[in-house]
Order: sequence, then C-alpha cells, then structure tokens
Amino acid sequence: MSKDHLSIDHVSMEFPLPAGGAFKALDSVNIKIKKGEFVSLIGHSGCGKSTVLNIVAGLYQASAGGVILDGLEVNEPAPDRAVVFQNHSLLPWLTAYQNVELAVKQVFKKQKSKAETREWIEHNLRLVHMDHAMNKRPDELSGGMKQRVGIARALAMQPKVLLMDEPFGALDALTRAHMQDSLMEIQAELKNTVIMITHDVDEAVLLSDRIVMMTNGPAATIGEVLEIDLARPRERVTMADTPEYNHYRAQVLKFLYERQRNPEARHAGGSSDIGKKPQAEAGATQADAATHAENQAAA
Amino acid sequence: MKTLILNMLAKSIAALQDRVSKLDRQKLIRNIMLPLSAFFIFLLLWDGAASHIDTSLGKLPGPVQVWQQATNLVAEHERERDKESAFYLRQEKRNAIKLEADPDAEVKIRPYTGKPTFFDQILTSLGTVFAGFMLGIIIAIPVGIVTGLNQSVYRAINPIVQILKPVSPLAWLPIVTMVVSAVYVSDAPFFAKSFVTSAFTVMLCCLWPTLINTAVGVSSVNKDLINVSKVLRLGWFTHVWKIVLPSSVPMIFTGLRLSLSIGWMVLIAAEMLAQNPGLGKFVWDEFQNGSSNSLGRIMVAVFAIGIIGFALDWMMLMLQKKVSWDKTAVLR
Ligand SMILES: Nc1ncnc2c1ncn2[C@@H]1O[C@H](COP(=O)(O)OP(=O)(O)OP(=O)(O)O)[C@@H](O)[C@H]1O
Ligand SMILES: [Mg+2]
Repeated sequence: MSKDHLSIDHVSMEFPLPAGGAFKALDSVNIKIKKGEFVSLIGHSGCGKSTVLNIVAGLYQASAGGVILDGLEVNEPAPDRAVVFQNHSLLPWLTAYQNVELAVKQVFKKQKSKAETREWIEHNLRLVHMDHAMNKRPDELSGGMKQRVGIARALAMQPKVLLMDEPFGALDALTRAHMQDSLMEIQAELKNTVIMITHDVDEAVLLSDRIVMMTNGPAATIGEVLEIDLARPRERVTMADTPEYNHYRAQVLKFLYERQRNPEARHAGGSSDIGKKPQAEAGATQADAATHAENQAAA
Repeated sequence: MKTLILNMLAKSIAALQDRVSKLDRQKLIRNIMLPLSAFFIFLLLWDGAASHIDTSLGKLPGPVQVWQQATNLVAEHERERDKESAFYLRQEKRNAIKLEADPDAEVKIRPYTGKPTFFDQILTSLGTVFAGFMLGIIIAIPVGIVTGLNQSVYRAINPIVQILKPVSPLAWLPIVTMVVSAVYVSDAPFFAKSFVTSAFTVMLCCLWPTLINTAVGVSSVNKDLINVSKVLRLGWFTHVWKIVLPSSVPMIFTGLRLSLSIGWMVLIAAEMLAQNPGLGKFVWDEFQNGSSNSLGRIMVAVFAIGIIGFALDWMMLMLQKKVSWDKTAVLR
C-alpha cells in the first residue's frame, strides 16, 4: 500500500466517436495527492481537466489506468468524493437548507438524530456564511451565494476528497475574490483534500499547495507540476508584492502562454484570466439541449 | 344550488370590480375592452351570416335565438326537477298512508326515470371525461417516467406509441364497445356499460400526449442534476421523486392539458356515435329530432362544450400553478 491518499494512476481516456473510432482526450495522467493537500489543475480550454475530475468522481470510467483512494479503486460515483460543479447544480425547487439536507440525509442516513442533522446542516451553511439565507431558493440567491450553498452541500457530505470544477468560473472578479478568501478560511479549518480546476492563474497560486499544469489536447497529459511553497495564511494584497508569489505566477503564465500556446490563440496579452470561454460554451450547450428537446417533442 | 351559484357569481363580479379599480386605463382597454369588442363583432358577423342561410329546419339561428334556446333549456331543466320532486313526494305520501294502516307494510321508493335534461347530460359527460382522463394518466405518467429514464424501454415502446397515437377515437369505439360487452359482464354493474365504453375510448385517446411529454420531460433533466444524484447515490425512488419529477413538472402538465382537451373532444364524438348518454347524445338527439328549435339547441350545446373545454384547461393551469415550484414561470 502506498502512503498516497489519492492516486490518479496513468489514467487515459478515449471517447468513442459517433462516426466510429475514438478521440483520445487523456494520455497517461499521473498525479499522487497527499491527505489535506490542495491541488489545482490548470490548462487551456478543452484540454481535458473536467475529464480528469469526472474520472476521479467516478462519473466517467478511465479507458486505461485507474484512480485509487485510500487503497481502493474508484469506479463509481460516491459521496466520499463530493463534487462542486461550475454552475452550482442546486435543485431549483429546494431551498438552500433543503439542498444541503438532501445530501446530509442521504450520506448519514440513520447515523444522525433529527437535531444533529439540523445542527450539521446549519453548521455547514454557517461555514460558507449562508446561514442568513437558508430558506431562500436558488432563484432568490446571487451567483456567488448559490456557489456557496453548493460548497456547503459538498462539505456537508464530509468527503475524503473535494472536487471542484471551476467553482468560481461564472462569478465576477470581486465575488470570486471573496469566495477564494472564504475557501481558504474553510480549508485552514477543515484541511480537506481538494482538487480544483481553474482558469485563473492568481487563484491557482493563491489557493494551492501544488499546481498541476496540463498540456493541450488531444491526448493531453501533465506538462509541469509546481509546488507552491508560500506560508499560510496567505493575504491576497500583501502576497501580490512578494517576489515568490510573482515568481510562481510567472512560471504558470510561461507554461500556459509559451510552452502551451492557447490552441485558439485568442487570449494573447498579459491577462491572467483565460476563463471567458466556458460561459459561452455553457450557453451553447443549453441552446443545443433546447433544440434537442424540441426535436424530441416533434418526433 | 342556485343561490350558491348566484352567490359565487356575485363574489367573482365583486372581485373583478376590485381588480378593475386597480388597473389603469390602458390595461382596462387591453384586457377587457379588446376581447369584448371582438366578441361583439363576432356576434354581429354571426347574426348577419345566419340570416342569409336557410336550412331544411328553417333559418340558421342567430345569437338571439340561441340565447332563447339556452333559457328554454334552463326552464326545461327546472320543470323536470319539479316533476321529479313531485314524484318522490307522491311516493312518500303514499307510503306514509300505507304505514299508518299497517306498520309492517313493505314500502319502497322507485327511482325517477324522466328524460335527462341538458344539464344532466353535461354532468354525465363531465363524469365520463374525468374517469377516462384519470384512467389515462394513471397509466401514462408511470409508463412515461420509465420510458424517459430508460433508453431501451424508449426504443421498445416508441414505435407502438407512434402508431397508436394518431388513431381516431371513432376507430377505437367499435372495438372498445365489443370488448366491453364481452368482458364487462355482471348482473348488477356498478357502472353502466355505456359509461365504461365512453371512458375507455377517452382513455385510449388521451394517454399519448401525457405519455410522450412525460417521457421527454424525464429524459431531458439537466445533466448536472443527474450527476448530483449519482454522487449522492440516491436510490431509484428518491432519484425519481426528488429530482426527475420536479424538473419534469412543466412538461408533464403540458401533456396533461393536451390530454384533457383531447379527451373532451373525443368524448363528445364518442357519445354521438355510440349513443352513450352525455352532451354528444344530446346533440345527436336534437339533430334526429329535427324541430325548428333543434339547430338553436345544438348551438347552445356547442357553446357549452367550448366553455367547458376552456374551463377544464383553466383548471389544469391553476393546478399546475399550485404544484409547480417555479412560481415565476409564465403559464398560458
Ligand atoms: N462525453 C464526451 N464525449 C466525447 N468527447 C468528450 C466528452 N467529454 C469531453 N470530450 C472531449 O474531451 C476533451 C476534453 O474535454 P474537457 O471537458 O475535459 O475539457 P476541459 O479541459 O474541462 O475544458 P474547459 O476548460 O473548457 O472546461 C475535449 O476535446 C472534449 O471535446
Ligand atoms: Mg471543463
């Protein structure tokens, strides 16, 4: 048995193409993660970050290699690997409280009494500063608030690993900064093992213990791994002036813009934020889904 | 009964006035004046056209004649009710006299068997459509859910659904009639055979929209929500109850409303063709009767059918508003 908590072991992924053949998205991705470590995955859009995360979550099956968590192979989704999705994924017909409750009731089944369940749900909502709006439904919450509830729901499952797919990608810069501070606070307290996907270089450097940089697809793999050896707690404002911070930041930028040029070369220039695309994409898939539904209805 | 209805009417008029005072002029014009004037123009056109059309039963009735027939039908209904209560009163009196003479005498009350009035027929039709609709959705919603969740079931069932869906109720009717007379045999049937036949025909026609819409709604649940369910490892039942059903409520209701309006249309046709009691039979009887009043009475029935169909749809809409979690959605 290895001492690694979570091991993503030579994972490859091929998606079958509708026209036959297969599209190789990932080639032998290899990451070892220690307990309590915060790892960021960064890379250009479409390189396969979400695919890695989905394989760890058990939502996808790797076509070669595998994921081992505490010595056991992962091959289906389970609450010990909670996911925070980019677009919150709260059930719109339930309040913030009820959304967390659904998870808590499912994960702790009969282990908690009624009072304990209630206390645990409220505790997790307090952790993300959402206890004041527990009884509001998602459509009454702002984007940042929804994402907080999504994080509370994931934390309430007491997962071994917390998986976050661009958790703050859809938020404006100010809200995002708030959320990052909140997340650092929570992390200091709970010391979860976290894998987070991000497009934001500052976010990656600020939050992570390690940044895993992925090469461009197809057949994407790990290009470079950067240990971030900055003392915690990290202060965003003071941090920006320290040479270490800027050094790490520059290294990630170099990787992304020199060694792995953006395949679409649309984000040239010094912007550290290359995360504009996913929103447009999400819009497109929604439109696709709508036409799909129409087609089905017409059929 | 009548005072109750009058009370309700008065109340709704009061509510309407209340609302009108709150609306500004523009809204008043848009929401009330426009439809009213359109209706008025419709009446004028109808009246003009009707006076030029001669049928073998006399001139096509205009709005005024139809209104007269409507009041006639109400009067007939009241006369029939009076007769009925008089009939029971007579029996009771006779029994009382009998019992006075001999306390052990056997007394019985024979049921009144008068001709059903227009309003009796409306009630019959409403009962039948409700029964057929309920039967239909009790089958359609569960089958729709299973079909929507499972691709294999969908592939298996889809061709059957597509073939059965466009079949006219008039084609079903003879088969249903024969099957019901063969299978539904009992000495003292709880439901009349004609009722069962009509209800089953309605069911066969209003199954499909609910089934198809439920299946589409269920199969187009947001992928992220399904992933949430997978990560939580929700059981099948919880998954359906907590995630699938709430998110397909709008689609299911679209199906239900289609089903109910189709069911109502089908029922009238079935009643006409099979001579089963209900509004359809009323129309057919009047047509056969062929008096000078017949066309007017049929037109009253046509309006009644339309208004009831509209009311049924409105009721479904209200139900949807009540059940749906998304109170902000625009429902029409
Ligand atoms: N279900 C699937 N079927 C076929 N191809 C897929 C599927 N999911 C992802 N891919 C392909 O795999 C590649 C990696 O996709 P993935 O979603 O992992 O990228 P990503 O790095 O998360 O991108 P982004 O940053 O834009 O979210 C893409 O080329 C995509 O087209
Ligand atoms: Mg992604």
